[in-house]
Amino acid sequence: MPGEVREVEKTGKNIEEAVEIALAELEIDREDAEIEILEEGNKGLFGIIGNRAARVIVKEKKRPEKIIRAFIEKVFEAMHIEAEMQLRTDGDHFYVNFHGKDLGILIGRRGDTLDALQYLVSLAVNREVQKRVRIILDVEEYRRRREETLMRLAQRLSEKVRRTQKHVVLEPMNPQERRVIHTALQNDPAVYTFSQGNEPYRKVVISPKK
Amino acid sequence: MKKLVEILARSLVDYPDKVEVNQVEGEKSIILELRVDEDDMGKVIGKQGKIAKAMRTVVKAAAAKEGKRVVLEIIK
Repeated sequence: MPGEVREVEKTGKNIEEAVEIALAELEIDREDAEIEILEEGNKGLFGIIGNRAARVIVKEKKRPEKIIRAFIEKVFEAMHIEAEMQLRTDGDHFYVNFHGKDLGILIGRRGDTLDALQYLVSLAVNREVQKRVRIILDVEEYRRRREETLMRLAQRLSEKVRRTQKHVVLEPMNPQERRVIHTALQNDPAVYTFSQGNEPYRKVVISPKK
Repeated sequence: MKKLVEILARSLVDYPDKVEVNQVEGEKSIILELRVDEDDMGKVIGKQGKIAKAMRTVVKAAAAKEGKRVVLEIIK
């Protein structure tokens, strides 16, 4: 089961040795391990009397970075996509940006494919880690550029609404994109925004303030 | 294509060993039949089919690269 945590219990002359044996068996590095000491171990008097072995439990720590990388690498291999992956994190959010040739396929129509993959990687990772993480996938800064485009669009349309005093209905957008428009205009003195319709055809409306 | 569906499905379910994908290849289209453990059906379909839809989107993108049409069916 992928959700299962791999762990082993090992004994050694001292804690150090017991841990080493466990790490070797799990084939992991120390930074990926959680170590629980069951028995400190005791050399005993003159190393003869009361000699006790050290006993530890070593668990594999599920680090999100590792799971994200492994998942993406496998998926890209199966999709015959070659891309460079950059991952940065603030602990809760994991931003993964891809660079490479012909990655248009990875973005899809208006980011559909990227959104789908982002959703799947998020499910795959969050079922394995204890603390929920948010994963954002991007291709060549596509999302950031799209956000800038939407903000410029919002400003342009707000001016138009102010001038004409008629509302404007935007193209259907996904929730993240709609949020960009709402946020861009939330402090605009002349217009207000709301969404109408049902997903996936929900649209933002920009209306003049009376 | 079959490999891709296996990878996606196995990373979502509780019983990855029970994931089976059958690929039926036509001239222009591919049909992928996905079977999972009964208890895992929800894990590959999702609320209102959201997970199944995401898998289809990714699989379609991969197929488009090869110039093929692809249908992903989840079989009970």
